[in-house]
Amino acid sequence: MLSVTDLIDANDLTREDVDTILEIARSFEEVNKRPIKKLPTLRGRTIINLFLEPSTRTRSSFEIAGKRLSADTINISGSSSAVAKGESLEDTVRTLGAMDSDMIIVRHKYAGAPAQIARVCDSVVVNAGDGKHQHPSQALLDIYTLVQKMGDLEGKRVAIVGDNSHSRVTGSLVPLLKLMGAQPVLIAPPGFMPARPDVLGAEASYDLDAEIPDLDVIYLLRVQMERMDGAAIPSVREYARFFGMDRTRQERMKEGAVILHPGPMNRGVEISSDVADSADNLVLHQVNAGVAVRMAIMYLLLGGDMSGTAA
Amino acid sequence: MALLLKNARFVDPAVDLDRVCDMVIRDGSIVEIGEDLSIPKGEKLDLSGQVVIPGMVDLHVHLREPGQEYKEDIASGSRAAAKGGFTDVCCMPNTSPVADIGSVISFMKEKAEEANLVRVHPIGAITRELQGKELAEIGDMHEAGAVAFSDDGRGVQSGGMLRTAMDYVKQFGAPVISHCEDESIVGKGVVNEGVVSTRLGLSGWPSQGEEVQVERDIELGELTGCAVHIAHITTARAVDAVKRGKERGVAVTCEVTPHHLFLSEDDISTEYDTSYKMNPPLRTAEDAAALRDALIDGTIDAVATDHAPHARHEKAREFELAPFGIIGLETCLPLLITHLVEPGHMSLDRLVEVMCHNPRKIVGLDPVTLEPGSKADLTVFDPEGTTTVDEDLIESKSINTPFLGQQLEGRVTHTILEGYASLVDGSVVDR
Repeated sequence: MLSVTDLIDANDLTREDVDTILEIARSFEEVNKRPIKKLPTLRGRTIINLFLEPSTRTRSSFEIAGKRLSADTINISGSSSAVAKGESLEDTVRTLGAMDSDMIIVRHKYAGAPAQIARVCDSVVVNAGDGKHQHPSQALLDIYTLVQKMGDLEGKRVAIVGDNSHSRVTGSLVPLLKLMGAQPVLIAPPGFMPARPDVLGAEASYDLDAEIPDLDVIYLLRVQMERMDGAAIPSVREYARFFGMDRTRQERMKEGAVILHPGPMNRGVEISSDVADSADNLVLHQVNAGVAVRMAIMYLLLGGDMSGTAA
Repeated sequence: MALLLKNARFVDPAVDLDRVCDMVIRDGSIVEIGEDLSIPKGEKLDLSGQVVIPGMVDLHVHLREPGQEYKEDIASGSRAAAKGGFTDVCCMPNTSPVADIGSVISFMKEKAEEANLVRVHPIGAITRELQGKELAEIGDMHEAGAVAFSDDGRGVQSGGMLRTAMDYVKQFGAPVISHCEDESIVGKGVVNEGVVSTRLGLSGWPSQGEEVQVERDIELGELTGCAVHIAHITTARAVDAVKRGKERGVAVTCEVTPHHLFLSEDDISTEYDTSYKMNPPLRTAEDAAALRDALIDGTIDAVATDHAPHARHEKAREFELAPFGIIGLETCLPLLITHLVEPGHMSLDRLVEVMCHNPRKIVGLDPVTLEPGSKADLTVFDPEGTTTVDEDLIESKSINTPFLGQQLEGRVTHTILEGYASLVDGSVVDR
């Protein structure tokens, strides 16, 4: 099936893994269009969504994906869990493991948590975002969306615009883009660049306007004004002026180029309202792809039964 | 009580000694060094194949008492020191309450005397509660026995405050020991800023966060004439700053930890093992190589462990949340032997300088030499023995070390304070 037994870090995936995930996701996408969106594939499996950092879209996406495959999914969030009572992460996870859960899908505020969890329990671990480190399922659904839209990604120039230094999306998307033969370019003011973009294998630029005509994909990151360790930029106005996607910049885009966003969007900051609602913006395609891709990930890691997917 | 040490190799560059022979100790002092010695009665130890050096001093340990005894206390820390071959240690003031007043210093000394295994020389705080705002009662602490002053755990953020402190400390002839960290630059940094912080998605702790204070503290040492000792130096550029300061005649010294000498940021993997998380963080492989060269060429004066015990449950946390630090007393000498002495990079003479003579000079302890009349403080080790880093080796209450499971060369066998052994054949004595 896949070369990995847990999905923690996009850097662990091979090209074959990505192609397999995309192929399986395609068949699940078809199922998601039926009136009865249900397959017995993971019936009887116990899947726990351990979300220790707030999330609506990722958590709902994983929950729906699990339920469509007939798994028993339960949600545990940080504030309502024993974590709020001071229980250590490892003890929380050991407790869940002791309930014979098959899979733990974890989102955590701190990098490295999924790796630490995988060490203390036998359940399959899926990283739904760990601090600023990785968010593999997001990157996979982004790749899926792009392949659906433009086919082969070989040679495509894909810019990731925004706070690349605090982004787990960047951490996962750059290696997967490279696996698919695309060229990632990080575009941001210096304070939003990672210390060593070259180590990630991406180009770096401070000038969005100069890059736009050559870009096939413009991937916008939400500017997290609340998460900044000491505000690397002076104001929203300044950021939007130099790095925001607006109508003027949209008109300079290459023919066939598209815009992606992991959501939620900050209208008026990294993306203007009119561009957000335009046909070039594939954000809703991404969300749709997200459920199918997450179904594929769960199926491939838990080795379910594929009967029922044939049309 | 007389003690006769037979057939050991005695090494002490201070008295030009490197000779296999015998030593007689009586009433806590060395009385004779020579061939075929004997004593009418007393204890005899056959140390064939072993090396005897003057007692080692660790300038930088955290004994966690008062206040954090679940991590370590002065008794368990003393055991760890004896196990590691140390006769003297200097303990840092970031306890609870902080050692910013004479009574806490006295308390530490009393506890050490009760344990009776190692001499503890407390380091007092520079500022009240380590807050960096008001001078602590340095005179009071000096009277109680503090040998140096430091806000270790934190850097002093205000240059003006440090200048005032140095002007005050210098009247007591003691050094200021600097933990160099500009908090406004470092922020939430947890690993060296660069390759590894990028790969692991962790906040970076740039080298410059340390270097700007190293430069500043040397300048202020020059301005005030106060002796300044840079704690746990970690980068090539910081070492260069010390070198330039020394060339100018500034009274600056510095120490390096075994982990910064022998590990680098490349050792931190996607396992996010918190036993590689310390402050200052592990730097680049080039920095580590520069530190090794500087230790050998004399720019770095001493090795100090920065022994920092933390409970298991504290280190078993998420990397960003786990406390900084690792233990080091028990593994220090075997690490130096394995990586520097055994491969021939560092001589035993130089080992004695950086573990014994230089640390004593830095904090003004009485000198100890291998000659008749000197106090019999000795460290004995078997260079051909091996040390397995496991639970048996660790006397500390905490076991947070990245070297766990390793087999190191060299084994500390005996630690002797004024003729009395605190460690015999690798086992701590029950006193």
